Amino acid sequence: MSSVTAPTGFRQETFEEFLHGRNDPAWLNQMREQAWSQFAQLRWPNRDSEEWYRTDIRLFKLDEYALPGLQPNPAGPVAPVLNEGVELAGSAASLNSVTSHSQLDEKWVRKGVIFGSLDACLAEHGERIRKHLMQRAVDPTVDRFAALHAACWSGGTFLYVPRGVVVDQPFHFVAGLTPGSSDLGHTLVVLEEGAEATLLTETTSVAGETGFHCGATELIQGPGSNLRFVNLQDWGHGVWHFAHQKAVVDRDASLQWTIAALGARLAKVNQHVGLMGAGANCQVNGVLFTEGKQHMSYHTLQHHEAPNCRSDFLYKAALQDKSRTIWRGMIKVDHVAQKTDGYQRNDNLLLSTQARADSIPGLEIEADDVRCTHGSTTGKVDEELIFYACCRGFTRQEAIRMIVSGFFQQIFDRITIESVRAALGHAISRRVRDYD
Amino acid sequence: MTDLLKITNLHVSVEGKPILRGVNLEMKRGETHALMGPNGSGKSTLGLAIMGHPNYELTEGAIELNGQDLLAMSSDERARAGVFMAFQRPVAIPGVKMADFLRHATTNVRRPERKEGEELIPMREFRKELKAKMEHLRMDAEFARRYVNDGFSGGEMKRAEILQLAMLQPKFAILDETDSGLDADAVRLASESIAEIGRETMGLLIITHHDKLLVHNPPDFTHVMLGGRIVETGGVELAQELHSTGYDRIRKAYPEADAQNEAMLAKELQEA
Repeated sequence: MSSVTAPTGFRQETFEEFLHGRNDPAWLNQMREQAWSQFAQLRWPNRDSEEWYRTDIRLFKLDEYALPGLQPNPAGPVAPVLNEGVELAGSAASLNSVTSHSQLDEKWVRKGVIFGSLDACLAEHGERIRKHLMQRAVDPTVDRFAALHAACWSGGTFLYVPRGVVVDQPFHFVAGLTPGSSDLGHTLVVLEEGAEATLLTETTSVAGETGFHCGATELIQGPGSNLRFVNLQDWGHGVWHFAHQKAVVDRDASLQWTIAALGARLAKVNQHVGLMGAGANCQVNGVLFTEGKQHMSYHTLQHHEAPNCRSDFLYKAALQDKSRTIWRGMIKVDHVAQKTDGYQRNDNLLLSTQARADSIPGLEIEADDVRCTHGSTTGKVDEELIFYACCRGFTRQEAIRMIVSGFFQQIFDRITIESVRAALGHAISRRVRDYD
Repeated sequence: MTDLLKITNLHVSVEGKPILRGVNLEMKRGETHALMGPNGSGKSTLGLAIMGHPNYELTEGAIELNGQDLLAMSSDERARAGVFMAFQRPVAIPGVKMADFLRHATTNVRRPERKEGEELIPMREFRKELKAKMEHLRMDAEFARRYVNDGFSGGEMKRAEILQLAMLQPKFAILDETDSGLDADAVRLASESIAEIGRETMGLLIITHHDKLLVHNPPDFTHVMLGGRIVETGGVELAQELHSTGYDRIRKAYPEADAQNEAMLAKELQEA
């Protein structure tokens, strides 16, 4: 490793150095430069807008971090949890946004499946990536973080499943981050008509707490395809996390999207599902557990753009210490989207008197023959439940742990992947402390 | 030595308002006690105070288990020491399966020294025992997979409490209106179950308005509560008398306690 201090900052010189260090195809270079000029023109969002009103990022200083590839890149053990006991179709990993591992079982290569690090797939599958990368799902101009990501993304993962191919083993991707480093990973999943796949992704800090993530996730589903996508965000508690995530789901396709957020100092995530073809169906499961002074802000949009679609969003958060969550959900139903069945719900469990959860559901409906329901609850752990369990021999701490896992059970019951259920269950139960 | 639960001059307040005004009661393991009395007399409060409900403030008196100060113990320590209460209105714990709840509870009660995180009773062994107990109580196997009291009917809740009693096998059990909300058949089943679980091996404190539960579990002692204290104690004949003629005689005999009882009840109704 070089002993020279790596250049930090996201400036014109460092950006050029970053581009120079990569071997991107011309179209991608051009895309990056365009996004970079967007980034240069845009300002950071501030609390004047409704979306950022409750989320203060004035302490975030981009120049403390370095561009991917320009930062020290130590080899370090990344310890994923979602792949425990799972036979995988393929696996990939990155550290500080640089690919460290990328593998796909030969069996699936023969069926035309593409999987691995997005960077690694560029050389061979550039045109396929070009067709989808920030074309239909995530809009690189939507805010400064999106522009920064489009200009500087690195590492990441790519999954492509051809028409009619059913992959019955999950894929796994893990992104690691060392202290003070940045991750700008991009996740791109493309399922052609009738394809089926499961992708488990997780992000985790290695040997430290701080860092910066500016990511994007794009899930693109052809007609009748079936995707289960899981993301576990378990960064250290000093990481700034910004992400734009969008799925576009075509006719009769089905998506189960599970998000678990445990880490980061501050997380601001936009999750958007576009139901683009008639009969599309999506289920979104959100599990949030916050502690210390963590701040998580999730903005979901379930957009019905075609008739006869179903969307079912359930977000549950448990908050400890002085942590804070914001959930702002919107069901949007276009004029054409008759017979929409839309559901959104957010339940928050406050484990301390100083935690705070804001829950802001919303509906915007232009069609007249729809069923849309939403609900939200926020409350403390009921002392009567604790007492009842204590009368059966549970310590107060055991009782609270049990009640919190029961609170999440409704979501776990919906998650059909055992390794995900187990990993989340353990992670949450480990974090629950007594409170008063 | 026979286990002894001893309550001496117990005074309990809720939010500064006195509810119990000097309760004295001694129970030996193997004895069945009936605790009767009109609404608002403090019967449930006594049960909850024995278990250590956080809202009940003990202003005076003592509760001892074999000479050990029960009041110095947390609720879970009391449970592990062998004191149990079947709740009148058990709460639901959504998302927690009856079997998981009971496995954890049973382990803690049977191994009072267990620390959090230590092994539970092996799954197979526990399932076998639970299955047998449930069959004995004529409960559907599906019960174990349901969430604790979640969406249970009144009768199902009471049966779930009896199942917990059967699994935890306490030294002393307080049954708070375990017969209310049950039809005649269910009461008979509950009563038989309690007898079969082994009332010889437990000290039972049966809180009831009726005498249904007492037919199968005839009390060795009957206590009448009024205005927050036990005003009379007798044998099985007292329970029979109260059942057939009501509390008029008692109310007349203890006018001061009766007035306090009415005042407490009025306050309760006002708050509800």
